[in-house]
Amino acid sequence: MAEEQNITIEVDGQQLTAVPGQMLIEVTDAAGITVPRFCYHKKLSVAANCRMCLVEVEKAPKPLPACATPVADGMKVFTRSPLAREAQMGTMEFLLINHPLDCPICDQGGECELQDVAMGYGSDLSRYSERKRVVRDEDIGPLIATEMTRCIHCTRCVRFGSEIAGLRELGATGRGEHMRIGVFVEHAVSSELSGNVIDLCPVGALTAKPSRFEARAWEMTQHPGVSPHDGVGANFYLHARRNAVIRAVPRDNEAVNETWLSDRDRFGYEGLNSEDRLLQPLMRQGDVLKPADWQQALRAAAETIKSAAGQLGTLVSPSASLEALYLAQKLTRGVGSNHIDHRLRQSDFRDAAADPVLPWLGQTFAALSDNDATLLIGSWLRKDQPLLNHRLRQAVHNGGQVIAINPIAYDFNYELAEQWVVAPSRMVRALAAVAAALGADTAGVEPAEGTEAGVIAKHLKAARQGSVLLGVVAHAHPDFKLLRRLAANIAAAADVTLGFAPDGGNTTGAWLAGAVPHRGPGGKALAQAGLDAIGILAGNCKTLLLMGVEPEFDSANPALMQSALAGADKVIALTPFKSPWLEAHADILLPTASLGEGAGTLMNLQGDRQGYAGAVAPPGEARPAWKVLRVLGNLLDIDGFDYLGPDEVRDELLTSAVEAVPNNAVGQSEAMSPELASQPGPERIGGVAMYSVDALVRRADALQRTPDAWTGAVRINDRLAATLGLADGDAAMLQQAGQALSVTVRIDQRVPDDCLWLPTGVPGSENLASGFGQVSLIKA
Amino acid sequence: MKNAITYFRSLFLFELLKGLSLTGRYLFARKVTLNYPEEKAPQSPRFRGLHALRRYPNGEERCIACKLCEAVCPALAITIEAEPRQDGSRRTTRYDIDLFKCIYCGFCEESCPVDSIVETRVHEYHFEERGENIMTKDQLLAIGDKHEAQLAADRAAQAPYR
Repeated sequence: MAEEQNITIEVDGQQLTAVPGQMLIEVTDAAGITVPRFCYHKKLSVAANCRMCLVEVEKAPKPLPACATPVADGMKVFTRSPLAREAQMGTMEFLLINHPLDCPICDQGGECELQDVAMGYGSDLSRYSERKRVVRDEDIGPLIATEMTRCIHCTRCVRFGSEIAGLRELGATGRGEHMRIGVFVEHAVSSELSGNVIDLCPVGALTAKPSRFEARAWEMTQHPGVSPHDGVGANFYLHARRNAVIRAVPRDNEAVNETWLSDRDRFGYEGLNSEDRLLQPLMRQGDVLKPADWQQALRAAAETIKSAAGQLGTLVSPSASLEALYLAQKLTRGVGSNHIDHRLRQSDFRDAAADPVLPWLGQTFAALSDNDATLLIGSWLRKDQPLLNHRLRQAVHNGGQVIAINPIAYDFNYELAEQWVVAPSRMVRALAAVAAALGADTAGVEPAEGTEAGVIAKHLKAARQGSVLLGVVAHAHPDFKLLRRLAANIAAAADVTLGFAPDGGNTTGAWLAGAVPHRGPGGKALAQAGLDAIGILAGNCKTLLLMGVEPEFDSANPALMQSALAGADKVIALTPFKSPWLEAHADILLPTASLGEGAGTLMNLQGDRQGYAGAVAPPGEARPAWKVLRVLGNLLDIDGFDYLGPDEVRDELLTSAVEAVPNNAVGQSEAMSPELASQPGPERIGGVAMYSVDALVRRADALQRTPDAWTGAVRINDRLAATLGLADGDAAMLQQAGQALSVTVRIDQRVPDDCLWLPTGVPGSENLASGFGQVSLIKA
Repeated sequence: MKNAITYFRSLFLFELLKGLSLTGRYLFARKVTLNYPEEKAPQSPRFRGLHALRRYPNGEERCIACKLCEAVCPALAITIEAEPRQDGSRRTTRYDIDLFKCIYCGFCEESCPVDSIVETRVHEYHFEERGENIMTKDQLLAIGDKHEAQLAADRAAQAPYR
């Protein structure tokens, strides 16, 4: 805004510059002048219902609420005048009338806005001697504990629900004294951002259930961290006490997560205290794993790796830190193997030469909310990357269109302009139809019939700024490379950006670090490419090195993973957690640190490198993965493994990859034909379920009890159920590629005809093969 | 002259008699010495001795795990861990006082909103093994149960001044 449009106001004798239209409280907040408030929140609409921010304005007959008073030129405001103080103290007295005096048992005690404001604006004595109001609590799920008697009706949680989460789950019923905040029908709230109401609530009415009563605000130390669960890399603080992580709260970063955290980021830490934690190195002696000391285990691991040399296959987690990924590839390449990959859930590795150098979102998160049109391909953005979806929701509010081509009619918390739901085997043809409608090359694929293609093309064509986004399901799709080719063609034809939003918290970083078989650090092409994730599993690698991988659930094809584990001579696993397959097949298990237990760097989908330090020490003898790899490198006599700290590793990588910038350009493609053919019989729809993305989240108890956790069922629509003679809740036998699994059937109308929805990563899925392809379902 | 007075005083052992007269007075005066431990001095209701955790008359422990005593303790002698009990109420799972660290200042008692942690009149105790100086929740509750009548009477006696 131009300088001359600024106006000057005077607050408590201080001259302040403001922009017309700003509310008074925004100006005083920016100037560091304290005005007490409860209902005002910078990211929510103004409600002005708590009346705590009353200030005196010259020539106004009564005190005015600072949060709802627009600034005017020459305005004179007094925040501490006798009139303002009296109004604020009066409001405080009214608010305290019905607030219980249970601070000693309230989790908010010590960090409570009401406590703080009452200290400054409350009276020493209560004049109120009548009965206080008591409100019945509702159980709103495993994440949020309620104590509604404490509620002061600021309605921040209600506004959050309608404005940010897009779900009106909490609401106010009744008026005045009888007003109640609650869920309209008692049920668990299902928003993937629901945990934010814990921070928003100025009192102890809504508190975190998993850490309920565990610690006081003053006992904990605060450590900045970065979430590894999705590509957003949300910034949070880990609060630790006596070397244990108690909770996570958001850390403001306008460019990344604003002030929000998804529930997965917030409660994922719970898995840290799992009983499955690996606390000391284990080595196989005969048929059993026996505890070993680090020296023994590292020596044995180094010898195994040395003897494997070119036959070493390394699989790394896409959520591992930049340092660990870089050292893993350096170690693997140091012994003469290029077989390293982080794309564990991807199954299509054709057309590798055309891979982008550093795939990313294609635009910044903030730019996402200015998109006129966004085409989601195989993406349930709402559950896969909740905070990206929040940005897209802003785009819809700004008048943008969101269109999706998905295998399931995923529900979004905004209106989609169009959702074309097609079975996985028809996704390629659907995309080709859009490409054809835009006049782009269809990569030799016959376009599908349907009016949707024209509509989607029209929206994209009309967009001033837009994006074609390949999501988690698209990345897992057996024809991902064809989808990518077509998406690139569509993006080029419609003049919008192409974006990638896979699962994993550090995928862009993994490309940068060179944790792929055909590219070195910084995306430099290699003379000879190694085996990709599927190739390593199918290619009889003599020795497998797994880093942060839980083989049952972190693979595109668990059946292939199991046979690879069984077929390998030796399996070495760097892992924070034990798992049945690791215990059955691994020869050397090295305990590594998990979330908040060591320093590292993660690169999010918009290319921000975000470093973090440890909050607590790793449990038992566990050590950060980069340290373990460093010692292994030394034992293997590979040059340049004498790092003193993770920052040296990171600096080495960044110096060697200084020209590498996020770049989504898809190169010239080879000819490809669709892998996934449409055949009779139901086909499986995979992808990964929201709370099954990594080993830590799968062990977070509270998240696993939410409605979003996958509960050992397959979902089919009623037409397929009728054909198969199944009803909701029936037991059935699912067969895929010679594997069988007994499952419960759930009727879900979001699933298209002749399809069956069962993601990977969920309990039971380890007994099956690929997330896509033909399956049969028989009534048990 | 002065020398003569000094001479006669020392000749008749005047200082000795003066001293013995004091001894003689106390020989017949009322005795204030206590034959501890057979005899004990009276204690104030505000006496700050060994700690105890109290219960309500219905047997429910008073402590609500607010951790104010832990926060106020200047010697960092108190360690508390808490979690929701089966019935959903806020309770401690661990309440340790390290009596080697404790300086018996009574701040814990002052800070307690429910009169749970108190200091009893017990001041005669000893430890024989390493580790016995840590009083656990069960021990503290047992002490409270044993002295509840006295504790309640002391609180009542102090009530007008609090």
